[in-house]
Amino acid sequence: MNLKSVLIGAASAIALAGAAQAAGQLTVVSWGGAYTKSQVEAYHKPWIAKTGNQIISEDYNGGLAEVKSQVEAGNVTWDIVDVELSDAVRGCDEGLLEPIDASILSPAPDGTPASEDFIPGTVHDCAVTTIIWSTVYAYDKSKLPNGPTTMADFFDLKKFPGKRGLRKGPKANLEMALIADGVPVDQVYEVLGTDEGVARAFAKLDTIKADTIWWEAGAQPPQLLADGEVVMTTAYNGRIFNAVAAEDKPFEIVWDGQVWDLDLWAIPKGAPNKELALDFLKFSTETEQLAAQASWISYGPARKSSSPLVGTYATKPELQMGPQMPTAPENFGNALQNDFEFWADNQDELNEKFNAWLAK
Amino acid sequence: MADITQPTAAPLLAADGTPLRRKLEQAMFLSRMRALGLVAPLLAFILAVFIVPILYFMIQGMHNPVFADRMPTSTPLLQDWDGQSPVTEAMAAAMVQDLIVTRDNREIGRVATRVNQEYAGARSMFTSSARKAEKMQAPFLEALVAADKDWGKPEVWRAIKVAARSWTPAYYLAALDLRYSGDGSVTLQPEGERIYVALFVRTMEISLIVTLSCFALGYPVAWLLAALPVRRANLLMILVLLPFWTSILVRTTAWIAMLQGQGVMNDLMVFTGINQVVLQISLLFNDYADLSVASLCGVDVTAALSSMSGAVEKFATTPPGTLTRCATEILGAFEQGGAAAAQARAEALAASAQSWGYGDERFSMIYNKLGTVIAMTHILLPFMILPLYSVMKTVPPSYLRAAKSMGATNWTAFWRVYFPQTVPGIGAGALLVFILAIGYYITPALVGGQDGQMISNFIDFHMRRSLNWSLAAALGGVLLVVVLFFYWLYDRIVGIDNMKFG
Amino acid sequence: MSGLPPYASTGERVWYYSFRAICGLIFLFLIMPILVVLPLSFNAQPYFSFTNEMLTFQEGAFSTRWYWDILMNGMAAPEATEGWWADMWQNAQWVRAVKNSFFIGICATLISTALGTLAAVGLSRSEMPYSKLIMSILISPMIIPLVITGASMFSFFSLDFNPVHWFIEGDQPPEQRWQLAFTYGGLILAHAALGTPFVIITVTATLSGFDNSLVRAAQSMGADPVRTFFKVQMPLILPGVISGALFAFITSFDEVVVVLQMATAEQRTIPRQMFSGIREQISPTILAVATILVLISIGLLATVEMLRRRSEKLRGMSPQ
Repeated sequence: MNLKSVLIGAASAIALAGAAQAAGQLTVVSWGGAYTKSQVEAYHKPWIAKTGNQIISEDYNGGLAEVKSQVEAGNVTWDIVDVELSDAVRGCDEGLLEPIDASILSPAPDGTPASEDFIPGTVHDCAVTTIIWSTVYAYDKSKLPNGPTTMADFFDLKKFPGKRGLRKGPKANLEMALIADGVPVDQVYEVLGTDEGVARAFAKLDTIKADTIWWEAGAQPPQLLADGEVVMTTAYNGRIFNAVAAEDKPFEIVWDGQVWDLDLWAIPKGAPNKELALDFLKFSTETEQLAAQASWISYGPARKSSSPLVGTYATKPELQMGPQMPTAPENFGNALQNDFEFWADNQDELNEKFNAWLAK
Repeated sequence: MADITQPTAAPLLAADGTPLRRKLEQAMFLSRMRALGLVAPLLAFILAVFIVPILYFMIQGMHNPVFADRMPTSTPLLQDWDGQSPVTEAMAAAMVQDLIVTRDNREIGRVATRVNQEYAGARSMFTSSARKAEKMQAPFLEALVAADKDWGKPEVWRAIKVAARSWTPAYYLAALDLRYSGDGSVTLQPEGERIYVALFVRTMEISLIVTLSCFALGYPVAWLLAALPVRRANLLMILVLLPFWTSILVRTTAWIAMLQGQGVMNDLMVFTGINQVVLQISLLFNDYADLSVASLCGVDVTAALSSMSGAVEKFATTPPGTLTRCATEILGAFEQGGAAAAQARAEALAASAQSWGYGDERFSMIYNKLGTVIAMTHILLPFMILPLYSVMKTVPPSYLRAAKSMGATNWTAFWRVYFPQTVPGIGAGALLVFILAIGYYITPALVGGQDGQMISNFIDFHMRRSLNWSLAAALGGVLLVVVLFFYWLYDRIVGIDNMKFG
Repeated sequence: MSGLPPYASTGERVWYYSFRAICGLIFLFLIMPILVVLPLSFNAQPYFSFTNEMLTFQEGAFSTRWYWDILMNGMAAPEATEGWWADMWQNAQWVRAVKNSFFIGICATLISTALGTLAAVGLSRSEMPYSKLIMSILISPMIIPLVITGASMFSFFSLDFNPVHWFIEGDQPPEQRWQLAFTYGGLILAHAALGTPFVIITVTATLSGFDNSLVRAAQSMGADPVRTFFKVQMPLILPGVISGALFAFITSFDEVVVVLQMATAEQRTIPRQMFSGIREQISPTILAVATILVLISIGLLATVEMLRRRSEKLRGMSPQ
């Protein structure tokens, strides 16, 4: 190895990196795994094909921390990010997200304006909803043939011994703990609004804390179930669906006490490619793309005009997507909508409490 | 003859007439400068991109001007306040004025976050009050309390006073589970929030266990390598060096595949029946009898027992030897007290099974402290073997033979003659492993679960998730002091110039 | 120990063989995880465990799908026949990670090898003042926990280094700020700093066997210091320099903690991609990558081992 060859190597490496920075590059941030795959199939690929731009896909696990750190350091690298509703509202309040003019959204194919086509409450000042999803819990039917049916069963170690999987954070866990503790779904946030209610939820979580494996990424729970690390785990419903539909895993979702929520596209303040991001947002929230996504994962589209287009699973024509959705009537019986205002206001405090509780 | 031995009074001169002494000094100085000149570029580089950033970061643990910069009117008043006397109207008025300004330029979020670090719950109090601040009328204190009753509490104002100090010991104290109050007193954090000292202790504990395991595994291997003929030793050395050269991520991934519930180790143990042996051994210890019996039972035993016929059926179809002990226990209870007693016994067994790990005869070896220790031992083991090996190679084998020829037993010869000579290698390896272990991040982050997390993981958590950079810096500062102490020790005992690889 | 004498007692025999057995188990412990990765990377199922079908060698239990996934993951149109290679080169996540890893690794290695070799030559001179103190500063990047290094560099590199802005109040537009955080430059500087201790240690070790009279001989024959360095010293320490460079390269190639804190999605390296692979999109693709990385490390190890022997031969230190 002489100096010349080293220099040539370095020069070609620089050229390589230079080539990677072609114009028209969008950094799209989402939740990874099967969910990102559904977005890639339904949004990214057709958008790349249509516009010729590049997409860099980044995974994260929710929350505003990364956006905030980038905005405050004055060095924003994300262009568009898939956020939960409470984070969208809070990020907007704190000036972390760009306001989005709802009038740019495309009308439905029949001409219905976007403002009427989107389900009420799904278009916000700084974010536009793509899907309705849900936190549920699931188990392996081959290991628990007489499986659990209620939220209380999840917390019942006597009846169903074995490890549990829970998302590492207070959101949805506190609600589920209260539902399991006998609080009716319509009173959950009322109870959680008091210090006693929070203490009650943590006390319920205490009963399974020693037997809990904490997950952070949405792809982890199906893996934990498949590897036998846990006997049941909370999960995003689409991930469990994906393991069942695409990998033929014998998993079963328990819909009782599901906590449903919206996921929205938002653009961080000072995003380097804001115009491209807006174009991508507009494209991906069109009727057709939203419906296409629902053929890849069991999340409900945010547009009314997309619903009739939802058909079967992309690679299995015999599998109807409709009954897999969290909003399907047979699944929706005892459902709770995530209270975004509650979480926008109390997220920090409950996060801290949760972390201190966890570290003990 | 005599005048030759006489010291000359005049100094020796060089060819050009300058005193040789000075000439030599000049030459020495020049060559010193030349040596320094060779080192200077790297030294400047390391100082600029490494040392200065670390110092800058450590200072952030003491310096947080977020509040003082954005709340200029109220900050001096808060500084002057003694923290004991009642809150004055002037302070409240200044506060309201600052709130209006910060809300207008959308900085209120950062200020509120800063105060929230000192007083949990202050965040919403600040943001909601700022929203109403524009319309507030004198008396401002009452107006603030009307907006949020927390403004009436003196401890809230004391917390704000702490936040208003740009230079503050609060973070370093918080890293040691101490609380710095506005009146200057230092107290222990409330019971539920004391986590960092315990975390440092756990970090030390894990590092120590890893160091000891590395020693236990590394010593025999190094000894074997040192004793073997060079050619064979070099061949076996590849087995030590290959992991050393393999990406840590690869090795951590491999351990996940090895140790998980359905992983290779558990499969092997079930296949060979070693898991039964382990369980039977623990049966010998009476205290754990229940536990291991329960583990033999399997987690779904209670489900099977929901009907007794199901249980009998289950046990009847179970291969002999695996569930016998469990079956005996429960059927024994059935004979004595009927179905209810059997049920109760089974539930008790299953309950204790969970506190131990898998019920279905598999062990929990990952996503906990054990997983962290195993994976870290594997990753750091070469750092123990290499220094041990290089020291052991210098110990002549004839010493051992000499000791034995003089009547020492094998053990005495080893313990009194060989072992003492390898102590420098042990010191070098153990210190290096310990230093590297104490700041470890990747492995605990990926396989540590909850109780395998170390201090580095919390520093990263505060850097990237909770965005409390000052606390991250303070925790980092404490960790740095510990590491530097062991680095100093290493230098004293081993000498950093003796570090070698391969 | 090196062999069992014919007069060994039964006890010694038992000890001899059990000691070897124990050592064998430890070697197994060292090597087994690396070996296990290999078959698992051919799993047809998207999980990390051996399936029954794999253990009984059934048809269809093995597949190379994860190796294809390395190339295809992130591509705009993996099914297209036209422009497949260009698409892969541009869009595939792992391919981008490979490009980033090599780019950052090579640049960082060049910096740390150049600066490190010079410094090692200086440090090995007997007349070097404060050599112990300087050495301990230069080695410290290896000792300081990476989390502290990463956090420090991130917060320091987030500062605005545009001198014009030091005299202006208030926030400046991002495009005029000179920040190193989230840039290739920042990552390269960070990795260069992390790599230098390895260069210094290896080159110093080579220099310790270096006969300084060779330098004096060259100088006495009229060679200037630069010429002496490149014609006399350099060829002799070259094996050490190259080993040091390889160490520096593998340090950068394997580093993830600093990248986690300082890199954008676009700048992801292989280990960074593996890290999120383990945490976020758990699929045996990372086992396939791991297998390839193991092969690379075998290659690097062989090179370093060869260089070490060559260096010993050059310095007349034949292995016993």
